[in-house]
Amino acid sequence: MKLHQVTHALKERGRKALVAFFTAGYPDEKTFLDLVWSAHASGCDVIEIGIPFSDPIADGPLIQTSSKRALDNGMSLRHSLELAADIAKEITTPIVLMSYYNPILRMGDGHFAELASAAGVAGVIVPDLPLEESDMVRSALKSRDIVYVDLIAPTSNDDRIEAIADEADGFLYLVSVTGVTGVRSPISGEISSFVARVRAATDLPLYVGFGISDIRTAKAAVAHSDGVIIGSALIRLIESAASNSVGVRSVHAFLAEVKAAIESRAGRLAGRSNSRRDRFA
Amino acid sequence: MSRGRFGIYGGQYVPETLMPCLVELEAAYDDANGDTAFRVQLQHLLETYSGRPTPLYLARRLSTYYGKDSKIYLKREDLNHTGAHKINNCLGQALLACRMGKTRIIAETGAGQHGVATATVAALFDMTCTVYMGEVDMLRQKPNVTRMKLLGAEVIPVASGSRTLKDATNEAIRDWVTSVTSSHYIIGSTVGPHPYPTIVRDFQSIIGRETRQQILDLEQRLPHWLVACVGGGSNALGMFSAFVDDVSVQAFGVEAGGSSAGHAAALCKGSPGVLHGSLSYLLQDTDGQVQLAHSISAGLDYPGVGPEHSYLKDTGRVTYASVTDEEALEAFRELSRLEGIIPALESSHALAFVKQRLSTGSKHDQIIIVNLSGRGDKDIDSVRSEVGG
Repeated sequence: MKLHQVTHALKERGRKALVAFFTAGYPDEKTFLDLVWSAHASGCDVIEIGIPFSDPIADGPLIQTSSKRALDNGMSLRHSLELAADIAKEITTPIVLMSYYNPILRMGDGHFAELASAAGVAGVIVPDLPLEESDMVRSALKSRDIVYVDLIAPTSNDDRIEAIADEADGFLYLVSVTGVTGVRSPISGEISSFVARVRAATDLPLYVGFGISDIRTAKAAVAHSDGVIIGSALIRLIESAASNSVGVRSVHAFLAEVKAAIESRAGRLAGRSNSRRDRFA
Repeated sequence: MSRGRFGIYGGQYVPETLMPCLVELEAAYDDANGDTAFRVQLQHLLETYSGRPTPLYLARRLSTYYGKDSKIYLKREDLNHTGAHKINNCLGQALLACRMGKTRIIAETGAGQHGVATATVAALFDMTCTVYMGEVDMLRQKPNVTRMKLLGAEVIPVASGSRTLKDATNEAIRDWVTSVTSSHYIIGSTVGPHPYPTIVRDFQSIIGRETRQQILDLEQRLPHWLVACVGGGSNALGMFSAFVDDVSVQAFGVEAGGSSAGHAAALCKGSPGVLHGSLSYLLQDTDGQVQLAHSISAGLDYPGVGPEHSYLKDTGRVTYASVTDEEALEAFRELSRLEGIIPALESSHALAFVKQRLSTGSKHDQIIIVNLSGRGDKDIDSVRSEVGG
């Protein structure tokens, strides 16, 4: 399904989106696919697939670990696209790829867009391509009806936010903290003023990522935005599980719980952020 | 839209979080460049603190040994305070950091020369300093780790990936993404996103400006060859930039050819790719994953290279070559024994190239300038383990 159709439909219905991030081929290819199926089953609205890269400068230790493990397993951009195609055949949930630029450049912007389109990919995020460098990839993808998803950071000033929002489509990825990906607790007040600044510039759906690690931070984030993106917290669950199958079950339960929590009216569960909910944190 | 290009190379391939800071840095640099007081202050520090101008020394015994009636001059950047050219850039960037109101400095280091120079200016300007260094490099450049700590810097060992300069740079960037509002990242070479390659080249260009005047005074003519080692490429660009329009002067950049274990010759053997914020020649596989470099010299052990070098390679203005670990070690010993100057292993690559080219070529009576970018005290452990005793 088209990314912007899904994200706009959710926003119109006032429903909060949940995006789950998994690194392709982590912890192994079969478990990666199981994780995607379980995310789909637990009600995730978008599946983000991370393409492993040797030098992931925007990522903290957990995603670095997953990236390294996937590369050690022989994962590549080309094979990730094949896996994405297999997934897209089975589920209608939009698939968004996240890749650092060099693997895309090496493949060729146009060839990458062609393969991504053939695989049924709905959107692409490139964390090291800011607005100024994104023209080539953006237009190659656009000609194939694939959305280039832009990121906005807390350090982005209002002029940049406006310029980025003008180009953006699908949703805007709001980086909740000045930093790399990871499990931490962004300060709720800062998120709300950040989201408000972006909201003033655009009606696009705003999804908050980086540091969304538990039910509490997810709920706090959607109090002001239209959705959350969760990655490192899922990898931590897999890393700490006794086996991969246990890890998949934990991820499934956690995502289902986040989905339920962010869809319930704000505040209804506010007083019940108890130990049962936090056990996945 | 994209700025800061050398031909197709360069650019700003960084997370959005860093973009506002790069814009701020460019503005601060432009502003400083137009400010006479800034330039006077920097020049004063270069002279009174670092000991510039550094001499241009005619190495007679080495010239005789390498033969062909050549005259080999050494630009003695090793005589700078802290023992390498790195201080030229660090003094300039520290002044910039002060102008931008930053209170903390971050750096990556390979050989430790840039780390030491950064720790030095941080001490001088009373700023806190964090240096990222690969675990492999901390072992092979131990004296520099001690120096950095003495100077008050925190040295953070990097255990990921190559455990050398590439991954130290990754960690420095991750720190910077997190601390960008309070910290200035002093990149040590002509690499990274725009405006860094330009800023670092400009601060290093004093090497070439001095050299050009010195050789004119000594020989009443320009040299035939300029030779410098290239890792990221800052000492080479510092030397070459003053001679770019002198078409009679041949410039040679010498990369690390390594050994059977691998190499670090991005320009000679790599292909264009994006690493650490810019598009440039890069050692990478067919999937676009960055490959590990290998060199006995920690300062050259890097799979990328500054984007301006990629441009100078493609235009043919500079010729790039490589020499092996073994050839560099030989030159290291020869300069020590013949001239009483212990060169850095990095600079030894440039010397080895001169020897090789003189012995295989037919040219006589050449005036050759080698940028002796640093001194080799830091390398004695590496050299001892390679040659014994």
